[in-house]
Amino acid sequence: MEFLTSLLKATPGAIAQGTLWGIMAIGVFITYKVMDIADLTVDGSFATGGAVCVVLIRAGVGAVPAVLAAMLAGALAGCVTALLHTRCGIPAILSGILTQLALYSVNLRIMGSRANTPVSVDKYSLIVSQRYVLEGSFRNPIPIVFLITAVFIMFLYWFFGTERGCGMRASGANPHMARAQGINVKNDIVLALMFSNALVALSGALLAQYQGSADVNMGRGAIVIGLAAVIIGTSLFGKVFRNFALRLLGVSLGAIIYYMVLQVTLQLGLDTNDLKLVSAAIVAVFLSVPYIQKHVRQRGGRRHA
Amino acid sequence: MLEIRNLSKTFHPGTVNERLAIDNVSLTLNDGDFVTVIGGNGAGKSTLLNLIAGVFFPDSGSIVINGRDVTALPEYKRAPFLGRVFQDPMMGTSPTMLIEENLAIANRRGLRRTLKWGITEKEREDFKKALKGFDLGLEDRLTSKVGLLSGGQRQALTLLMAVMRRPELLLLDEHTAALDPKTAQKVLGMTEKIVGNDTLTTIMITHNMKDAIEHGNRLIMMDAGRIVADISGEQKRNLTVPYLMELFSSVSGNAEANDSLLLSK
Repeated sequence: MEFLTSLLKATPGAIAQGTLWGIMAIGVFITYKVMDIADLTVDGSFATGGAVCVVLIRAGVGAVPAVLAAMLAGALAGCVTALLHTRCGIPAILSGILTQLALYSVNLRIMGSRANTPVSVDKYSLIVSQRYVLEGSFRNPIPIVFLITAVFIMFLYWFFGTERGCGMRASGANPHMARAQGINVKNDIVLALMFSNALVALSGALLAQYQGSADVNMGRGAIVIGLAAVIIGTSLFGKVFRNFALRLLGVSLGAIIYYMVLQVTLQLGLDTNDLKLVSAAIVAVFLSVPYIQKHVRQRGGRRHA
Repeated sequence: MLEIRNLSKTFHPGTVNERLAIDNVSLTLNDGDFVTVIGGNGAGKSTLLNLIAGVFFPDSGSIVINGRDVTALPEYKRAPFLGRVFQDPMMGTSPTMLIEENLAIANRRGLRRTLKWGITEKEREDFKKALKGFDLGLEDRLTSKVGLLSGGQRQALTLLMAVMRRPELLLLDEHTAALDPKTAQKVLGMTEKIVGNDTLTTIMITHNMKDAIEHGNRLIMMDAGRIVADISGEQKRNLTVPYLMELFSSVSGNAEANDSLLLSK
């Protein structure tokens, strides 16, 4: 009983966190699922988003323009990775790692060499804050973040339906075909990574406000959380959600489920220090399932032949 | 319309794998030429096509399409002039996208891709009509994912996509080689119909000598990166498989170079 009540108490927080990270997961969806690129920039650009946003808010900039600036910074980070990949011939994964590493220093610079910069909801007007997560008011972060998510899902649904967006999907699905149809695949990769990291930075900027501080390490392992959300979202809702907008919604829901499950395991007594190990293990299992399934099927087929 | 001058291409220069793939090739195609290309493995057929398409760049020489020097243009910038079908049926279409989306992308080849919606109602009608003409049973499956189609259907779709916006030059790289004989004949029939109807200038690589003889108005034989025979007009119409085999042995200076190289009858 005690377990249930404490879980119930923690649920709104988990949902809020899940929706916040869900925005980042949608960014990961664009690179990982649409463009077929594993972009590791996100671990850095997530913190960049938080850092830029918090520093600007502390400097007296409004929360909304601060978030927009954070998105711009994220897009810039994505652009660097994309250029390293498309213009310098560095493999995408390595390009992402390079940018991510560089961003650690950049993020410290942004925050004036402080690893953690607080932004209190008492002193500044923020878009979302953890403090109101149990309130039944307009300040509650859950509906606010959900609304922001919906706006960006709608934007992406529109964009990927346009001529330009269809071309970008082709660039990701089959670059040979895209080039033969006159599509500049390299430019599409640049644009996609900019979109993706802008969303990741947006997520970081909102999370920093939510938890009341930006931390240089806040993005560590973000890619794994993003992948987990994408995988949970696509495997649970893939059969029902065929429409592109619904698939993005599924990814957002995937992030919420991820945080709910995490909450339950924490309540069951999992050590917080083991969290990343558990997350990595879950994602590894999910990523390997299709391969192993195929392998087993082939071996089974041979036996019957 | 196509003017190739002294084209050369060496792969892996300076390594043990160095290979002269195209050796000082010059070739002129006239408007409406339908050229079939034959030659053994490694003769340079595909390399020549890829050089024309801009998949990679030549070491020397020039490629001019209808007066435009395209030698230095990247692949995607040449696409407006070219229709292409590849040997691998998986290469020409986007498997995770719908049939109508693939067609809509092809229908915008060479146009600026704007922020207008990617496919119009009118296009859907046009696509349906175009697919009906090919009798593939695809006209009612516009909203199916291309990944669900068979290799033959995908190749037929790629062919349709290649000519949707009339190309100045159609490049077919053994586009029936990966298909079963019956499907291959069907796709070849489609090709003949499309090329004939629109008198498209076409280069078709084939491993099949009979096909090379039956189709087109001109036949080119390649060996070791060079064009070793160029047959057209009356002479092309009177070609036979045994004659071609003999020709191949004599030009390649290799009596063993028989049908196993030049391939199936």
